[in-house]
Amino acid sequence: MHPALQGVMTIAIGVIGCVGYFYFSNLFLDKVLYPAKGPNAGRNINRANQIRPWLFLFPAFFALSLYLAYPVFETLRLSLTERLPGNRYEFVGLENYTKMFAEPKFWESMRNNMLWLFVVPAASTGFGLLAAQLTDRISWGNIAKSLIFMPMAISLVGASVIWKLVYDARPEGTEQIGILNALYIFFSGGEPQTWLTVPFWNNFFLMIVLIWIQTGFAMVILSAALRGIPEETVEAAIVDGANPFQIFFKIKVPQIRNTILVVWTTITIAVLKVFDIVFAMTNGQWETQVLANYMFDKLFRANDWGMGSAAAMIIMLLVTPILVWNVRNARREMR
Amino acid sequence: MDNIAGQKSTLTWVVHISVAALVVLWMFPTVGLFVSSFRTTDQISTGGWWKALFPAEQNLTIRTAAPDTQVNIDGMFVIEGTLFEEGFDASVSSWGISSRDINAFVPGESAELRRGGTITVDAAGNYRMENTEEFSGSRGQRVFVTATTPPEFTLDNYNKILFSGSPSENMGTAFVSTLTVTIPATIIPILIAAFAAYALAWMEFPGRPLLIAFVVGLLVVPLQLALIPLLKLHLGIGIGKGYLGVWLAHTGFGLPLAIYLLRNYMVGLPRDIIENARVDGATDFQIFTKIILPLSFPALASFAIFQFLWTWNDLLVAKVFLIDATGQTTVMTNRIVEMLGTRGGNWEILATAGFVSMAVPLLVFFAMQKYLVRGLLAGSVK
Repeated sequence: MHPALQGVMTIAIGVIGCVGYFYFSNLFLDKVLYPAKGPNAGRNINRANQIRPWLFLFPAFFALSLYLAYPVFETLRLSLTERLPGNRYEFVGLENYTKMFAEPKFWESMRNNMLWLFVVPAASTGFGLLAAQLTDRISWGNIAKSLIFMPMAISLVGASVIWKLVYDARPEGTEQIGILNALYIFFSGGEPQTWLTVPFWNNFFLMIVLIWIQTGFAMVILSAALRGIPEETVEAAIVDGANPFQIFFKIKVPQIRNTILVVWTTITIAVLKVFDIVFAMTNGQWETQVLANYMFDKLFRANDWGMGSAAAMIIMLLVTPILVWNVRNARREMR
Repeated sequence: MDNIAGQKSTLTWVVHISVAALVVLWMFPTVGLFVSSFRTTDQISTGGWWKALFPAEQNLTIRTAAPDTQVNIDGMFVIEGTLFEEGFDASVSSWGISSRDINAFVPGESAELRRGGTITVDAAGNYRMENTEEFSGSRGQRVFVTATTPPEFTLDNYNKILFSGSPSENMGTAFVSTLTVTIPATIIPILIAAFAAYALAWMEFPGRPLLIAFVVGLLVVPLQLALIPLLKLHLGIGIGKGYLGVWLAHTGFGLPLAIYLLRNYMVGLPRDIIENARVDGATDFQIFTKIILPLSFPALASFAIFQFLWTWNDLLVAKVFLIDATGQTTVMTNRIVEMLGTRGGNWEILATAGFVSMAVPLLVFFAMQKYLVRGLLAGSVK
């Protein structure tokens, strides 16, 4: 069968299956199990209404538990075991962790991840705030916003290709086709650099790709927050003779502090999961390894599930503070 | 408002310039790849794309026609032809027949061929090879020309990538598989999440706050954690690697955001409508399908865009749950990464493949930006 046709058929089956479940399970509940007629009609309606929430919730929470909650614990268990030939697992305690901590590549990933964690959220939020503040004041601001926001739609892999062209290096003496080298040679007259192989600094060249993507996100959220600032506060500041910079930093920024925090943490999470950019651009060579790619390496190249799981647990550990903070915020709001 | 303070003119001017600079900076890399996707290999390797709009001087290496096209004119063996393809309007400024000295001759001069005979190239790129003996060998003579060529763009790259390219270049099947992954992986979580979100927003049952907290917690769980256990599970229960596995995985990973977004939106719907419907004897299923779903359209659209972009652009989940050793199924992001590995220098292939994969998300982005922004705001500013 043609792959496209097969695709269409599977789409139909999947969607019909989903709709069918909800429709027929409700039909079954109302017509067969607790029919709303006969001598017990009232009691039956109540019973049906007690069960219905769970009917509505079941597929979603079954999938959530199986695909996100259970893996957390299973990964924890796997990180304490070693996979033996023949699909057997042996408990090895913390050995995977000690082995991992002894690897220089792991500490390189940790160092780089910390760099990413600091630089990317800071730069994205900073640029986002700048773009939000500036575009809000001009007539063509919406078009500008739309264009700065656009990288959000581009895949990390696509973004990697885009930026690889920017960083491209040709041998000395030939025409440079990467804009960075062309500018570098034009202004400094030096030799073309292969930017992605310069240890330490190449991390920043990779980070730029994510900053480029995340700035649009930060800008959109912060621009909405800036618009939500009560005008009286700004007007009062102008009357008191504050200059635009004072208005921005002393009046506006403090009022949107919470939003900045939310943007910062959201980008932090995106950073912790960053995989595609490093995988596509350097694959962790030249000291650019990060945790997510280190884990993928252990998992599918070295085929070491124990150490791969241990690396995943480290990522989970780094996310946990944000997770706790989010849950507490959500619970406070619900009260 | 700043004009109250009377500083309008200079400052607005600075603002306009800064925004313009920011936009140019942000657009520049993408435009570069876009322009490159319409250029030929030679054009890309001889000059930066920013020069593509102007006539460029290029060094080209071209082969003359093979010796089997030679004709015998009065005892002279002659091969004639033109170096450039038809419609290619270039002018030769110098040329050579050795890679060590590519500017040895000016147009109109004749060069001695190493294996006997002479060759003449004129400014328009027409050449004439003459020899008293028969030309031998199977391939034509290599000619190095330095030519000024007008800006030229071509759709050949797209034709090659989408339809006619060799298996290592073709994206057509990958495009279809990406679509096959994406559409169910967008629709199924919406359906499932909408029901759950309604239950969490409008139905009374014990443990509701706890379940909401559970969803919020799962919002940030990195999907890296799920890879090994789920792969193990899929292999164990016989799903293996394939579309079914990748749909299930995307559904699971997309659900927390879907439930969260939709619940937040549904909670804000007017209580009166729902209670009136209840009083009139509508069941929850009817309320949901007839009232809630149509009213929640903006939130559904927001999430649909998110999930679509995320699944279309995904590499990791596809690599783990879909792509097996046989390479029968693949997605575009994976093809591009493979091309980066094997054809790192072939920018015309990479750029075109990149844009083929970006075209659909960009289209969705510009067409439905309103909903995307609304969803972002609902999902973050809380």
